[in-house]
Amino acid sequence: MIHFDNVTKVYPSQNRPALQHVNVAIEKGEFLFLVGPSGSGKSTFLRLVLKEERPSQGHVHVAGKDLSKLSNWKVPHLRRRIGCVFQDFRLLPNKNVFENVAFALEVIGKPRRFIGKVVPEVIDLVGLEGKAHRMPDELSGGEQQRVAIARAFVNRPMILLADEPTGNIDPATSIGIMKVLDRINRTGTTVVMATHDAAIVDAFRKRVVELEDGRIVRDQSRGVYGQAY
Amino acid sequence: MRVQFVLQEIWIGLRRNMTMTISLVITVAIAMALFGTGLLLRQQVDASKSYWYDKIEVSVFLCTKTSSNPSCQKQDVTDQQRQTLKATLDKMPQVSHVEYENKQQAYERFKDRFSGSPGFVESTREGDIPDSFRVKLKNPEEYKAVAQAMLQPGVDTVINEQEILKRFFRILNGLQVAALTIALIQVIAAVMLVGNTVRLSAFNRRRETGIMRLVGASNTYIQMPFILEGAIAGLIGGLFASILLVFSKKLLVDRLAGDVQLVSQLGWGKVIAVIIVSISFGVLLCAASSFLTLRRYLKI
Repeated sequence: MIHFDNVTKVYPSQNRPALQHVNVAIEKGEFLFLVGPSGSGKSTFLRLVLKEERPSQGHVHVAGKDLSKLSNWKVPHLRRRIGCVFQDFRLLPNKNVFENVAFALEVIGKPRRFIGKVVPEVIDLVGLEGKAHRMPDELSGGEQQRVAIARAFVNRPMILLADEPTGNIDPATSIGIMKVLDRINRTGTTVVMATHDAAIVDAFRKRVVELEDGRIVRDQSRGVYGQAY
Repeated sequence: MRVQFVLQEIWIGLRRNMTMTISLVITVAIAMALFGTGLLLRQQVDASKSYWYDKIEVSVFLCTKTSSNPSCQKQDVTDQQRQTLKATLDKMPQVSHVEYENKQQAYERFKDRFSGSPGFVESTREGDIPDSFRVKLKNPEEYKAVAQAMLQPGVDTVINEQEILKRFFRILNGLQVAALTIALIQVIAAVMLVGNTVRLSAFNRRRETGIMRLVGASNTYIQMPFILEGAIAGLIGGLFASILLVFSKKLLVDRLAGDVQLVSQLGWGKVIAVIIVSISFGVLLCAASSFLTLRRYLKI
């Protein structure tokens, strides 16, 4: 599903590469934790999958396609098949829960009837039954992140990328978020989650890829966060 | 769904930058009104030119006893001189038509032309206007060759009617250049204002556009509200400009035409054509400058 083939990324303003000779293959339906300290290249990894950045060397394949051969006008179609969740939720403050989720479908031109059917289903799936008409500032952090997950998942993407989704949320609520991500993973969606949260990684026992200074230092199935931190 | 969404985004964008939008509309209106006025003047000049160039003649006045030109020696032109002059003119390749006009015909024509001012006609008698050759040229610009050839005995003065018109055309041309120059400056201001407005809009909506990018909205879909925002401001500006253009036709072009008794007046059809051109130009200008600004401020 996601294939990094000897990928190196150097940002023009920095001498040290953000990623160096990264080789990793993520299969369809996998759940993968991407761990490592700040600046170890986790975000760069996710940005390369979205083709927000292009590798300085090597190739990134997503869903069997070489992204370096994907023309720019096709990038939106790639992104429709990838959902994204961030630490800071990125909700629209002037839209309610339903509208925030519907926005993702509106802007790719889905018909109103389809939106009216699909959005409530996803809102239920992330555990926000009966809160469709709340505004983001009326929700707790955990609930806001559920809205963001609903928005990322509403178009049924093949891949869900989560960049520190529990970074702004207390540990008890984080478990709930993780359950939602796990539920999404069980539908067959590949989930890649970058995180600092050792407790969560240890509790879930999924595949762990650890980055340090842009290199993969560990790739372990059913791994833990590691002793060094 | 799409249309409603886009319209809503445009409305939000325009309302958020209300002051910028107003200044943009004013600038576009002035620019397009001046641009249109320039076009109208151009058409007026062209229309009058072709009208007058058809009619203007070079008049070769012949000597009379009262001529002040010393080469006439206070003598009437002789028949022989008249023949020579006629032959010379007939032979010239630049000349398309020569007509001889005697004192009586000249007086009739004078009476006819100034029938509106009887005092003027009464103070003139038959014989005051000398005999003349009225020479029509193939190309009015070739007047000098005729003047040169007519430096012969028996000729009093050569008058080129074109000289009289030239002054009028110079005024019209000057007005046109002034209007187009100011229009150009305003166009530059409009382009920069569109740039600024779009930049503000893009900044105000960076959350929305960021999310749109992530969920895979197409570039056109992300850019459309911004471009239409510019285009609508351009359209409103263009509509104001067309009101100004109607005034400019009534107050400037028509009055000018009245003052110099131009026979060829610009019709409303031409004005409407100019209005359509100005509005389209305004809309395209704003849409194009939003598009160019977007490439800098909206990462895809």
